[in-house]
Formats: sequence, structure tokens, C-alpha cells
Amino acid sequence: MRLVGIGLVAGLFSALFGVGGGIVIVPLLLLAARCPPHVAAATSLAAIGITALAGATRYGFEGHLHIGHALLVGIPAAAGAVVGATLAQRIDARRLTLGFAALLACLAVWLLV
Amino acid sequence: MTPEKIALGLLLGFAAGILAGLFGVGGGILFVPTLVGLGLGQLDAEATSLLAILPTVAAGTWRQRHYGNVRWRSSLVLGLASIAGVEAGVRIATSLPEDVLRRLFAILLLGVALQLAWRARRPTAYASGR
Repeated sequence: MRLVGIGLVAGLFSALFGVGGGIVIVPLLLLAARCPPHVAAATSLAAIGITALAGATRYGFEGHLHIGHALLVGIPAAAGAVVGATLAQRIDARRLTLGFAALLACLAVWLLV
Repeated sequence: MTPEKIALGLLLGFAAGILAGLFGVGGGILFVPTLVGLGLGQLDAEATSLLAILPTVAAGTWRQRHYGNVRWRSSLVLGLASIAGVEAGVRIATSLPEDVLRRLFAILLLGVALQLAWRARRPTAYASGR
């Protein structure tokens, strides 16, 4: 039942913001379902596949989906993510995290103004 | 789309993927600003981001499957339950004015930036879990 609740919240969050929902699912799985971190992240990833597909389909009915743009960005991103995950095992990404956080903050400011 | 825009999309997509893989965040948080940068409105960028996530998620799940980290039954329950949440999210997002949606997304970005900064300060905080 906890999983159903987490799924509901994650789906709402995902569709509202156009994100996978991992930032909601992973902490909730850690806290409420007491999963080990690597299991929480992997289980969340597989669930996001269903959530994102449902969201994209639903938005498609409303005419908001740009399939060409999605492929243009999404396919090189999948290749990039493999590179990124491999890099993360070789370098101490934690030292770069503050820089990344700053980048996200800049993007937020850009969207706000 | 112009050739310049296509090249920019490919480049930004690849860069967003590297960052997502490196820092253990989903692609969506980066795809939405990327798609806005390519000229989509906030709502269309969010909708399109959900489709753009799928190749990255599929590749990531494929990797994690090899490590035996995925609890498939839990994923299925989470995923199926999320569909009801998605319906509510779509209704809310389509009813909000786009500038309100954009501001909410910007606040989410700031929240994630703070969470990451917090995580970076505490070495024992949960890792991105790959």
C-alpha cells in the first residue's frame, strides 16, 4: 500500500513538472519502504519508464507532445548518460556536485526572469 | 527546425545525459530547460521531456538489471499507481497559466540544487545509487 501511495505522488509530480519523478520516489523508498539506496534508485528507474510513458501518451492526446524534439534531445542523452555513469565511477563526482547545483540554480533564475 | 537548432539539440541532449549520469539525477530536470531553450513553451517542453526521458531510462534500467538491483514487482506497483497521479498532474498543468508553471518548475530546480548541495556537504548521505 505504501508503494501505491508513493506511485500516486510520483505520477502527479512527474506529469506536473515533466520530470521522471525519481527525486520523489527515491527518498520515499528510502524512508517509507526502507530500501537500500542502490535498490531504491534502480527500482525507481524502472517505475519511471511506466510513469513517463503514461505522461507522454496523455500529453500526446492533448497535442502538447513534440516527437521530433524528444528524439533530438532524448537519444543523444541516453548515450551521454552511459558516458556520465561510467565517468562517475572513475572520478569523485561529489567534488563537482556544488558546481552542478550552481548550474541548476542559474537555470532556475533564467526561467524566472 | 534549422540545422543550427538540430545541432544545438543534439549537443545539449548529450551534455544533459552526461550530467544526469554523472550526478544521478533524472534527465527531465535538464531536458525541460533544454527544450525551452530550443523554443518550446513550458507546457510543451514538460510534455516532450517525458518522452525524451524514455531512452535514458531504458538504458539505465538495462544497466541496473545486470547488477540485480531492480525489484520488478515494486517497480510495477509504483508505475501502475503513478498513472492515476499522472492524470491529476496533467489536469493541473494544463489548467495553470504557463508563466505560473514555469515559476513552479524554477522553484523545483532550486530545490534540487539545494538538495544536491546538501548531499555534497555530507559524505555519508545517500549516493546516487548506481
